[in-house]
Amino acid sequence: MSDQELKKETRLAGIGASPGICIGKAYLVHKEGVDIVEKYFIDRENLEREIKRFKTAVKNVTDELREIIENVPEDVRQHTGILETHVALLKDKMLYDKTIETIKNEKVNAEWALKKVVSGIKVLFQDISDSYLKARSDDITHVSDRIIRFLIGTEEINIGSIDKRVILVAKDLSPADTSQIQLDKVMGFLTDRGGKASHTSIIARTLEVPAVLGLGNATQVINNDDRIIIDGTTGIVIIHPTDKTLDEYIELKAGFEERKASLSRGSHLKAETLDGLTLQIMGNIELPEEVVSVLDHGGEGIGLYRTEFQYLARNGFPVEDELFDKYKDVVEVMGMRPVTIRTLDINGDKAITNSGGSDEANPALGLRAIRYCLKRPDIFRTQLKAILRAAAFGNVRILIPMISSIDEVRETKRLLNESADLLAKEGKAYNKKIGFGIMIEVPSAVILADEMAKEVDFFSIGTNDLIQYTLAIDRGNREVSNLYHPFHPAILRMIKHVTDAGKANGIGVFVCGEMAGDPITAVILLGLGIDELSMNPQSIPAVKNMIRSLRVEDAKLLVREALRQTTTLDVIKLVEASLGETLGR
Amino acid sequence: MNKKHRNFSKSVTIINELGLHARAAARIAELAVKAKETIWIIKDGEKIDAASIIDILTLGCSKGAAITFTSDNESDFEIINNIVTLTKKGFGEQ
Repeated sequence: MSDQELKKETRLAGIGASPGICIGKAYLVHKEGVDIVEKYFIDRENLEREIKRFKTAVKNVTDELREIIENVPEDVRQHTGILETHVALLKDKMLYDKTIETIKNEKVNAEWALKKVVSGIKVLFQDISDSYLKARSDDITHVSDRIIRFLIGTEEINIGSIDKRVILVAKDLSPADTSQIQLDKVMGFLTDRGGKASHTSIIARTLEVPAVLGLGNATQVINNDDRIIIDGTTGIVIIHPTDKTLDEYIELKAGFEERKASLSRGSHLKAETLDGLTLQIMGNIELPEEVVSVLDHGGEGIGLYRTEFQYLARNGFPVEDELFDKYKDVVEVMGMRPVTIRTLDINGDKAITNSGGSDEANPALGLRAIRYCLKRPDIFRTQLKAILRAAAFGNVRILIPMISSIDEVRETKRLLNESADLLAKEGKAYNKKIGFGIMIEVPSAVILADEMAKEVDFFSIGTNDLIQYTLAIDRGNREVSNLYHPFHPAILRMIKHVTDAGKANGIGVFVCGEMAGDPITAVILLGLGIDELSMNPQSIPAVKNMIRSLRVEDAKLLVREALRQTTTLDVIKLVEASLGETLGR
Repeated sequence: MNKKHRNFSKSVTIINELGLHARAAARIAELAVKAKETIWIIKDGEKIDAASIIDILTLGCSKGAAITFTSDNESDFEIINNIVTLTKKGFGEQ
């Protein structure tokens, strides 16, 4: 392909996962080692120089390793064996000779040639059944990473050290990846995989940057530094836009930001309907720093504080004091406003070892959240104690994820009491009079809601997982993600069942899934009788605005009608027609 | 060239707990690289170059695996013998 052809305007369509428009340059994140290797071609006359550049890099790495080996004290010399092996690997035919061959034959830069050769080697390792030997491909990665670092002539390049604002392009971003990113440097996200409720989408919405996910092949079509427009509202991505397209989108961007600004001007007013019902509007957070964003957007508390972050990609479990510090930070900033801390929602062992590849065939249905915590009471108690201690500094509620049976609720309460007793014995300040709530996200908990309601102080419906488990749809799978819809009649009826059970037992019923943050679905939740909505901070102004424009009696009528519908499409049509009329007034 | 007509091969079983791991592979490759012609390792019908650590590793020889060293060049027989002795001793790890 010629340069001219490469620069032609191209459009891709994906899932609009975070609204807004941005115009910027692409930055590709490779999943392996999060380093970026650029590909470029080398002229015939410069090939020898490129090969020499590679040889010099290998020599430098060899010297570097030798120096390390020499500096190891005599008594621990036995551990240098692996470094000696790395030195030998540097000159291995399959690595060294093949890279030189690739530079020559394909006329590409050394970094790219090496990366290609290493990828080829890694494929061979995948077939090895012995897990120890299989993991030896790591040795090759270490060696090649060292060479690449020398070739690039800089320190390790990773997403933690981006120095300009960019659009991140990746196959997929795990929570561990995003935890390494300097998020203030990211102006937009594009990924091959993922959908509206994926982790990347949540992060993007929290940061208020546009994201288009589920693009399929973005990482193949887009090159580093390509100029890109993202329209996160429609899910359109434009590569190499023409001047005309650019002008068009600069205008659209201005319009979007204007609307956003006008919404946020009213964000500190209460979410009170025209007929006088006030809904509590809360924010979801993952990092303590996000508290500021919740308050800025008019959030009246934290409806969901995700606590997984402290467990991701690190050595060993966090200790009680560390967790306590983080929780206390949030609680203190919020003053007497409620802070709902959700206990660990993942499999801690897997998060700690960062072993993304799981031996569970179906991790979503596996050992995670409360199941994991009850199996590891030692880990769980550490977190419970930290929460009880933070509760002494403000208004804390505790929220237990993935409850599927009453036993789990009772066992958790027992552990909570036990943790309080331990704190009393240790003479630490704590507060055990805190709201105890459970996530309603597994269908069995919905069915048993009337029984569950007798055991707890509040319900928080996690609509993302509830929809996933009820409809048996993996929301990250683009083959089926179109079937994932909050307006499925089964979902509406389930939420109705839960709110009825909550009302009958006099406990609060909240929603903290994505459904709460969408102004249109929020209307339905209002009509269903939900007391409190918690959402990503930047959704708060729009939802508050919507609530203020409605009468709760109208929303109830709409819901009554919606509950009679039998298909998702009928519900959508009904809601759109009705809201079109209301909002048009 | 007439030396090439005789084929020489020796089989050995891996006794190391961790199998034929990186350090062991490096020891083999270190010796094999000095051969006049390629020394091959055969395992389950797969044939790889003994002078490449990576090649050896990708064979995935765990403890108990039987491998055969072979060469077409008589002057490399001694090297094969040395490699086999080393392998039998578990690369000095046992």
